[in-house]
Amino acid sequence: MFPFVVRRLIQMTLMLLLLSIVTFLLFSAVPTDPAALTCGKNCTPQVIAANRTRLGLDKPLIIQYLTWFKGIFVGRTYGYGQAQFTCPAPCLGYSFRQQENVTTLLMRALPVTFYLAIGAFIIWMVVGIFSGIFAALHRGRWQDRGILGATLIGYSLPTFFVGLVLLQFIVVRWNLLPYPDYISPLKDIVGFLQTMILPWIAVAILNAAYYTRLTRSQMLDTLSNDFIRTARAKGLPERVVIRKHAFRAGVTPIVTSAGLDFAGLLGGAVITESVFGLPGIGRLAIDAVRDYDLPLLLGTTLLAASIIIIAMAIVEILYVLIDPRVKLQ
Amino acid sequence: MSNPLLSVQDLRVSFTTEDGVVHAVSGLTYEVTAGKTLAIVGESGSGKSVSSLAVMGLLTGSKVAISGQVNFDGRELISAPEEETRQLRGEDMAMIFQDPLSALHPFYRIGAQLAEAIMVHKKVSEQQANARVSEMLHRVGIPTVDRVMRAYPHELSGGMRQRVMIAMALINEPKLLIADEPTTALDVTVQAQILQLLRELQQEFNTAIVLITHDLGVVADMADEVIVMYGGSAVEHAPVRELFYSAQMPYTWGLLGSLPQVNQDQQRLASIPGSPPSLINLPPGCVFAPRCAYKSQVGERCISEFPALQNVTETHQARCHLSDQQRVALRPSRSA
Repeated sequence: MFPFVVRRLIQMTLMLLLLSIVTFLLFSAVPTDPAALTCGKNCTPQVIAANRTRLGLDKPLIIQYLTWFKGIFVGRTYGYGQAQFTCPAPCLGYSFRQQENVTTLLMRALPVTFYLAIGAFIIWMVVGIFSGIFAALHRGRWQDRGILGATLIGYSLPTFFVGLVLLQFIVVRWNLLPYPDYISPLKDIVGFLQTMILPWIAVAILNAAYYTRLTRSQMLDTLSNDFIRTARAKGLPERVVIRKHAFRAGVTPIVTSAGLDFAGLLGGAVITESVFGLPGIGRLAIDAVRDYDLPLLLGTTLLAASIIIIAMAIVEILYVLIDPRVKLQ
Repeated sequence: MSNPLLSVQDLRVSFTTEDGVVHAVSGLTYEVTAGKTLAIVGESGSGKSVSSLAVMGLLTGSKVAISGQVNFDGRELISAPEEETRQLRGEDMAMIFQDPLSALHPFYRIGAQLAEAIMVHKKVSEQQANARVSEMLHRVGIPTVDRVMRAYPHELSGGMRQRVMIAMALINEPKLLIADEPTTALDVTVQAQILQLLRELQQEFNTAIVLITHDLGVVADMADEVIVMYGGSAVEHAPVRELFYSAQMPYTWGLLGSLPQVNQDQQRLASIPGSPPSLINLPPGCVFAPRCAYKSQVGERCISEFPALQNVTETHQARCHLSDQQRVALRPSRSA
């Protein structure tokens, strides 16, 4: 176990390093002058030149990258004299559009995205697994057909459409909920729930449909196994056969999917966050793209990638806990 | 003769499929007494496994139709509610399967899987259950009981796994054990050990065994009585010696003839030409007629009329239109 974790950590670090280089190079290739974006309409060449020096954009690309990279570990200081400001480690750069350190921006947005992801995740997993098992147990009967039909509809509803429909009816027409306005659950839990419930549902519908189908097919697969017949021959009640023997045997692909889907969502639910005006990572990424905010874009990309890479390692460790036949290599 | 423990009367099992109704078992009747072994022999698809799964109540689903009577220890099982047969399963009647690797759950330790078989039926603590598991594993000849209890199925050898399956099946000392090809997946040397073990445990617990196999060697070794199944029906039913020495039915002759003979210089193993019948549209005549080498001796009757199971002696029945004299004349001689 331990050598695996060490090897995996080294792998992860290398992947992130490579990713940061590629992203950095790509964004440097964008045909726009980042220094010109630092000031508004009344720019003079002198201000642009000053900002370029202040942000270190006049240095060669390799120096820029190394400075940026070093900043992650020891922090950075921009500018000189009066205009000097610091960016403490882990510093991912300075967003000249938002006038803030990228790390600060990300840390502020991450909880929002996390709350969105975890709530939706719980809803879709519970709904998906239970309806999947239920459908499998009623295979071919009307309950099964009904659930499969519903998943097909859920599958074909894009998140932005569901989100807008929910907003239109529940908030605008029927006034059942106030207009979403994000507030931290630590400050106002009711307001938080009122804001989050619709985004949760919007994200959960599509995923619940997917997990229902996945669970159903996994259950049908494992229920035909010989060891299920053994479990019944032991005289176990059917619910124990289903829960302890059949579901357990088919859970591996569900865990894999769930881990990666959850991680993907943590990297920013771009559409949902935009529809419901949630100040999360996805919104930050959209803003960064729109504004050519290169440091911020680099930061959001790296964050999303790190989360996926970490999730993949966690899923792999979970395999070992689930299936004793799997050995970590 | 004492009262039979298990009495199966005219058992019929059919499955509805997209191609039509499959008559997997059409009218099977037998009895087993405590301490005795009944072997059911036949090719794949002859209905031998399906009939036992039906007895155990393990055939469920909307596509299965089961009729007839299964009387076990004074209770009628076919019409019994599922909860009643569930309580009997694993406690009074148990089953072991062909491939012990796929029959054991890959994710649970051996000890836990065996303890579960006790705890579902008896109100005992986990320690008591584990003590019983340990005792039973020891009884089936497992040398390193503690290690095996902590092991997962994939970490054991095939023979060990089948010993574990036997321990699991017999852990509640059931009155009936159905063994579905218990040695087919094992090495020949291990087969003999497993059969020996089954015989010992049968004597110890006075268990009735229904042994499903296609291996006549196993039959000769284990059985008191034999049923030969073909196309979902019993075609011959006799005490084991009578079956081997005075079989009455051409299919049984073919089966016996396909056994390799050590003392003869054979170029090829004998086989029965043709393949087993489709069980979807069974013809009106004898199920074996299309492959029977002797149907010309009888004529039209073989393809128009399904022969009844007739008494040859009081304990020996066969399903064949050949007359007694014809059978005596036609039976292939075997040098035993």
